[in-house]
Amino acid sequence: MKPAFSVIFLTTLLGAGQGLFLALFTHQSYALFGLLPMQSAAYYGFGSALAMLFLGGGLIASFFHLGRPERAWRSATQWRTSWLSREVIVLPAFMGVVFLYGMVHVFGFLPEIVTLPSGLVIDLSVVIGTVGTLLAFALFVCTGMIYACLRFLREWNSPLTVINYILMGGSSGFILAALFSAVYAPTETDFFAGWAIIITLLAFAGRGASLVRNARLKPKSTIQTAIGVKHPYITQRSMGSMGGNFNTREFFHGKSVAFLRAIKPTFLVLAFAVPLALLALGMHSPTLLGATFILQYFGLMAERWFFFAQANHPQNFYYQTIG
Amino acid sequence: MTQLALVIDLNVCVGCHACVTSCKEWNTSGSAGPLCDENPYGADPTGTFFNRVQTFEIGQYPNSETLHFPKSCLHCEDPPCVPVCPTGASYKRKEDGIVLVDYDKCIGCKYCTWACPYGVREFDEKAKVMKKCTLCVDRIYDMSMPEIDRKPSCVKACPTSARLFGDIHDPESAVSQAIREDGGYALMPEWGTQPANHYLPRRKTKLKIHMDELERADNPLKVDGQLPKPAKGAPSMDDVSAW
Repeated sequence: MKPAFSVIFLTTLLGAGQGLFLALFTHQSYALFGLLPMQSAAYYGFGSALAMLFLGGGLIASFFHLGRPERAWRSATQWRTSWLSREVIVLPAFMGVVFLYGMVHVFGFLPEIVTLPSGLVIDLSVVIGTVGTLLAFALFVCTGMIYACLRFLREWNSPLTVINYILMGGSSGFILAALFSAVYAPTETDFFAGWAIIITLLAFAGRGASLVRNARLKPKSTIQTAIGVKHPYITQRSMGSMGGNFNTREFFHGKSVAFLRAIKPTFLVLAFAVPLALLALGMHSPTLLGATFILQYFGLMAERWFFFAQANHPQNFYYQTIG
Repeated sequence: MTQLALVIDLNVCVGCHACVTSCKEWNTSGSAGPLCDENPYGADPTGTFFNRVQTFEIGQYPNSETLHFPKSCLHCEDPPCVPVCPTGASYKRKEDGIVLVDYDKCIGCKYCTWACPYGVREFDEKAKVMKKCTLCVDRIYDMSMPEIDRKPSCVKACPTSARLFGDIHDPESAVSQAIREDGGYALMPEWGTQPANHYLPRRKTKLKIHMDELERADNPLKVDGQLPKPAKGAPSMDDVSAW
């Protein structure tokens, strides 16, 4: 498939935004049980604003993928069947909840909702945060399922696709949370960095598993089933157009095999090895964490490029030779 | 239930591209607006087509033959492109099974092309919406045309009648009979899309000559000449004796 930069930015920016929100609410949940010191309203407020920035960036990027962005509102109608439509609904809902979460913290509007028998006070921000957490995971599932539900694209048609979207977004978001804390609440940085190491390791394992799986895939379709002729030697002599067409542009990455091969180690190093090494150093300065986040972001963009480029669409059997 | 479809006889198709040009002419002139063409006379021409004729070489020289393979939307009975559409622009008509795109609702996200294993949907780079074969839905029901013209443009254009059009759910239709009796098959059956369009395979008429037809069983020694003339009263066999 052709990796579209709009979709690469969309999925990586959303992943970081969702991960950051999950990290912030994880922190608040720890603080709720007294495991970590509760931070100031501004901390959660600015954190939510930062998450909104990434989510908004992703939302803007998504419009560049559409031929007719002015009709984008229509894409919320087919939520019964289309994962893309479900994503279109869940994304603004999640953004709305993140916005509310930040607002109730900033304005201190934290009315008590319920007091548990243990004396634990559940206020409005906890309820909103829980809803936001559910929506963050729902958004990951929607994004992942857009690809995982396409049974012809066998490289994507696996639960690993959804799991990896969750883990890689989480890794990116927790590193962003560590960076944010290094600036605003340095005492909390180690908490996020620790979780970032765990999630990055899991993401590495998940992505590695999908690479191994994809390397072993045997194609279901062949040129024989594509045209229905039983013969071991079939060569396309003409695909019915003198130049290229939509089908030659949309389904091929347009780069050499060597380039594709080079991207794989690049993203494995940048998205997983480098952040793990930098986090494991334990020197959680804003500069170092900033470098970690940015390097990993480039790594995740390379990962997403590879994710698209590696998927081999069966329609390519019909479009092999211009003539 | 009706399921309109094309049945394409690969045995008869000569690869003349008349169906391609006729399709393009009809569908670029309709009320849905033109099908875009860019650099039509330039070095790298490109454009949107509903139908293409591809050519394959089967076998290796000198034992090879050419297969011309027209390909357009197969109007699957279980179309994978339809449920993924986020806007409902892609739909399958209940009344006749034609898979259509509402060009006024399409947002041009191209997700449906990812979900089609056959590569038969083409994005119109000027209109910025997805386009595909309509089975000439604006012809086949047009009562202002004589009945003989109420067929898809490609079917009308085919000089060898390689393209049949009809309802594959009606067992007595010409298309159903062709599929049933001439070995009609679907493309990529492994995906369970149940394409409505079928293809008839290349069929060769061969004269089968058995060895015993070359060699006279009644003359195993290959001795030509006068057959024996037994006496009138002696027993005789047909073909073994002169009478």
